[in-house]
Amino acid sequence: MKRGKDDIENAYNIGAKKENKTRVIVAGGGPAGISCAVTIARAGKEVVLIERGKFCGSKNVFGGAIYTQPTREIFPDFEQSAPLERKNIEHKYALLGEDDATVISYKNQKGGSYTVIRSKFDRWMAEQAKKEGVILVEETVVKDLILENGCVKGVRTELEDYYADIVVLADGVNSLLAKQTGLRGDLKCEDIALSVKEVIKLPPEIINERFHVKQDEGCVYEIFGGPMLGLLGLGFLYTNKNSVSIGLGITLSELVKHGLRPYDLLDKLKEHPQIAPLIKDGERIEYSAHLIPEGGYKKIPALYGAGVMVCGDAAMFVNNMHWEGTNLAMISGKLAGETAVIAIGREDFSAQSLSRYQELLEESFIIKDLRTYKDLMGSIEARVTEFLGYYPKKINSFFEMFTSVDSIPKRQKYHKFIKSFFTDRKISEIFKDGWSAIKLLWSILVK
Amino acid sequence: MSDLEDKLYTVKYTSDTVSHLEPVQECCRICKSKICTIVCPAGVYEWDENTRKLIVNYENCLECGACRIVCETQSLGWQYPKGTKGVMFKQG
Repeated sequence: MKRGKDDIENAYNIGAKKENKTRVIVAGGGPAGISCAVTIARAGKEVVLIERGKFCGSKNVFGGAIYTQPTREIFPDFEQSAPLERKNIEHKYALLGEDDATVISYKNQKGGSYTVIRSKFDRWMAEQAKKEGVILVEETVVKDLILENGCVKGVRTELEDYYADIVVLADGVNSLLAKQTGLRGDLKCEDIALSVKEVIKLPPEIINERFHVKQDEGCVYEIFGGPMLGLLGLGFLYTNKNSVSIGLGITLSELVKHGLRPYDLLDKLKEHPQIAPLIKDGERIEYSAHLIPEGGYKKIPALYGAGVMVCGDAAMFVNNMHWEGTNLAMISGKLAGETAVIAIGREDFSAQSLSRYQELLEESFIIKDLRTYKDLMGSIEARVTEFLGYYPKKINSFFEMFTSVDSIPKRQKYHKFIKSFFTDRKISEIFKDGWSAIKLLWSILVK
Repeated sequence: MSDLEDKLYTVKYTSDTVSHLEPVQECCRICKSKICTIVCPAGVYEWDENTRKLIVNYENCLECGACRIVCETQSLGWQYPKGTKGVMFKQG
């Protein structure tokens, strides 16, 4: 793909519009940006997608998995031609103690997600988008937005200024552009998690054997505790065709508070007795890191303004309870695209016109789910040593007690276990834990 | 520093001749925590006590953005590398 100036000039020549102007510029070629751009192109409107990486996906990182149903909304036949790794048929929830573990597993052949490699999958999505008319410009950084009387009129790249009726910001969690418009303030340490990850190469047969799956089937591990006992962090493990992705995410505020190096935690996770056998003798083929929005509903920025909309991670659209980000990115991109098409039809790019984007988001699962979990991070953070430290350890102690055969009478062991709750913690603290859990459950199920 | 060097060895980079990360050295001198030197997943930042300067190994940057947010004095000049430069994830 030729880069930069030639591409953008071609873009504007194709449109035969006045120089350097198009209908929509989308900043960022990730799932959100591509979904937005392809939605606009399908409606016959001109759209330019600008990506800073060598190709779409080359600067993107996730766990991770894409979700079948939402991806079908953007690319209905993706399962036939997209580069997919494994279909996830099992979810394992692992509570790691210091060196023991309790694991709960749910297996269902139907699956509902696929692991993908971003450098392949995003690139595939971008190719499809180009086939449908999206003008793709790579290796170009959008440095600034061009504003006139408070309206976004275009973008400034490293090369030149380009104008558009609407600019969609799909430039990821750091979104410097959202900050420029005033739609978003500064990110705070407690609202962002830093994730580090390694991709470890293993023969497919070994993966099949260790994870008890068939070829093309995969398993997702969601990992609590271990090196993150008592910390606001989670580990993950995904199976790819011939590699395993292992990593963890931990809020920046925790890293700062405890002076932790993220890769030290990752090394400890890899050494845990529950995890080590799964990656034994594998060859590390890539290390990566990325930020994840964690702030949830309370930290969603303003989502639109005159001539501008924000989608995906740039809008902090991540549901961390369910590890959903790519689906919120794709669908929010699509809704931004639909709003842009209607605005173009009316030749009205005012904030009022684009407010439709927010209405569509609020009717969709995106805002509804983020609102459902609005108190999650706050509640867990307030009692993190309990919820992500003491109780996971206690669950492991319970099973340690329950499975031990040591000639001590069972009732005695039960009584000792129950008594330990009251010697470990003050009764008032136990009540606070219970009350906190009830309040959280209420906020999730009711309001 | 764990096997961080080995980890970084697996990452493909196209380095620029200039750094895309610009700390304000006067602010770094008064910074108490030097938190960027701990939190950065690529070990980009090192504090040199002798010269009292923050060394920036920008060639190792994974472009995550953590440093910008944790910077104690919020003075770090942070931008993405040029479009042709920086990290390229083959797996992601």
